[in-house]
Amino acid sequence: MDLKTTDLKQTALNDIHVALGGKMVEFAGYSMPVRYTSDKEEHFAVRENVGVFDVSHMGEFLLKGEGALDLIQKVSSNDASKLYPGRVQYSCLPNEQGGIIDDLVIYMIAENEYYLVVNASNVQKDWDWISKYNTYGVEMTNLSDQTSMLAVQGPKATQALQSLTDVKLDDMKFYTFEKATFAGVPDIIISATGYTGLGGVELYIPNEHAETIWNKIFEAGKDYHIQAIGLGARDTLRLEKGYCLYGNDIDDTTSPLEAGLGWVTKFTKDFVNSEALKKQKEEGVKRKLVAFKMVDKGIPRHGYELLNTDGKNIGRVTSGSMSPSLNIGIGLGYVTKELSKPGNEIMVQVRNKQLKAEVIKLPFI
Amino acid sequence: MNFPDNLKYTKEHEWIRLEEDNTAVIGITAHAQSELGDVVYVEIETEGEELEKDAVFGTVEAVKTVADLYLPAEGTVLEVNEKLADTPELVNQDPYGEGWMIKMKFANIADAEELLSVTDYKALVEA
Repeated sequence: MDLKTTDLKQTALNDIHVALGGKMVEFAGYSMPVRYTSDKEEHFAVRENVGVFDVSHMGEFLLKGEGALDLIQKVSSNDASKLYPGRVQYSCLPNEQGGIIDDLVIYMIAENEYYLVVNASNVQKDWDWISKYNTYGVEMTNLSDQTSMLAVQGPKATQALQSLTDVKLDDMKFYTFEKATFAGVPDIIISATGYTGLGGVELYIPNEHAETIWNKIFEAGKDYHIQAIGLGARDTLRLEKGYCLYGNDIDDTTSPLEAGLGWVTKFTKDFVNSEALKKQKEEGVKRKLVAFKMVDKGIPRHGYELLNTDGKNIGRVTSGSMSPSLNIGIGLGYVTKELSKPGNEIMVQVRNKQLKAEVIKLPFI
Repeated sequence: MNFPDNLKYTKEHEWIRLEEDNTAVIGITAHAQSELGDVVYVEIETEGEELEKDAVFGTVEAVKTVADLYLPAEGTVLEVNEKLADTPELVNQDPYGEGWMIKMKFANIADAEELLSVTDYKALVEA
C-alpha cells in the first residue's frame, strides 16, 4: 500500500471502478479494485448469483505460424496436440530447474494459431521465455496492453448474459470457446472458463470496446443481481476450490508434480525439463501441496510455518484465508509426503501459537 | 469518512477516547477498518497486562489481511470488548462505538498530549 496508485498501469475500465467506489490497490503493477462493497458480500454474490471481474491485467499472446504447435509443445507441460479449434487447455511452463515459469491457458483459434493467456505478474518473463525457445519461426504478438478481459462468473452468469449473444452459452462445454459477436461487438472470444469453479464465461475484448461491453453486461444482468467483484473475493473463491495461484502456491521453485499438477504434465512428448520431471514422477515427490482446514480457531496466512504434531517443521502455508462460506480458516501449503494424506493432523504456527489443522481432499466446498 | 472531534488518534490508525481516572477506550478508525475489509477475528489476550507504548496488545484479522494493534501509550489493559468474539463485524459496522477494542489505564496521563488531534489525523489519512 506504499505505492501510489497513480504510478501504476490502469485497465480500460479504471474510471468505472473508481466511479463504483472500488478500493484500488496495487497488483502486478496495475491499479486494481480489491473490493467495491465487502469481500464477504462479493464472495456470496458470485456463489449465489453472478459477478463481474475486471481481469484485464492478465497477459495475452498470439502465436501464429506453422511451428506454433511445436513451440507450444516444447515450452508447455500439457499435451497441446489434443487441442482443436474452439478448445482451451490449462497448462504450465516448466523451467529448466524443476520449477514453474508460469501457469497459463492455451486457446486453439485455428490450425497454426494459438492464443495464450498468462499471469499479469509474469507477462514479460513468459514472453522472454517463450521467445527464447522460438526456433520455429513462429510469429508472436503480445496483445496484453490492448486486450481487456472480463470474467463473468456464478450460477446465473450464462442466463444473465444470454441476451447479448447468439451463442448458446448454457450449451458451451467447460474449457471450450467461440469467437462471436457479443453485445454488438464482433469477434469477441467467449470462453467457458473461470477461476471460481462456479460456472460462467470469460471474455477477451479489444480495449476500445471494454466500457461499452461492461455497461451492456450490467444492463443485461440487472434482473440477476449482477455486481462488480474485486480481487479480494476472486482470491477467496479460488481458494475454496483449491486452485493454485502463481507466486503463492506455485513458483520458480515448485515442481508441477509437487503442486498436484501431474494432470497437466504429460510425458507423451518432449518439453522443457521433461526428462527430470519424468524421473521425479518415477521416484516420487518428497513434498506435496495439500489443502487444509483449521480445527482450532485461527487463520493461516501465506508464509506461516506448518508443523507436525511434535512441533517439527514440515513446510509452509502458500495461501490462506478465512473461508467466507465455511467461516473457518482454510489454506494450501507444502508438506512432507508422509503427512499429505487427507485426514492427517498438522499444526500451523500462527504468531506465538501452534494451532491444529486437518489435511482435506479438495475442494473445500 | 467520519473522524469524531472528541477523540485522539495515532498514526497506527487507532482512536482513543479519554475517560475519567486516567482511563481510555481504544479502537481502530473508520479508515483502518475500510483498509482491512471484513473483520473476521479479533484476538486480544493481554487483559490485565502492563505494557509499554507501541507494544502489540492484539491482532485484528480481516478476510484478506492481518494487522497488529499497538498500545498508544504505556499502561494497563483493563478490559477487552467481549462482544467482538462472536461479532467481529462490529469493528466494520460501528468502529467508534460497539466496535471498541480495549479499555486501558494510562501509566502517565501526560502521554495523552502526544496523541494526534483529529486535524492531525485527517491530514495523515488524506496525505
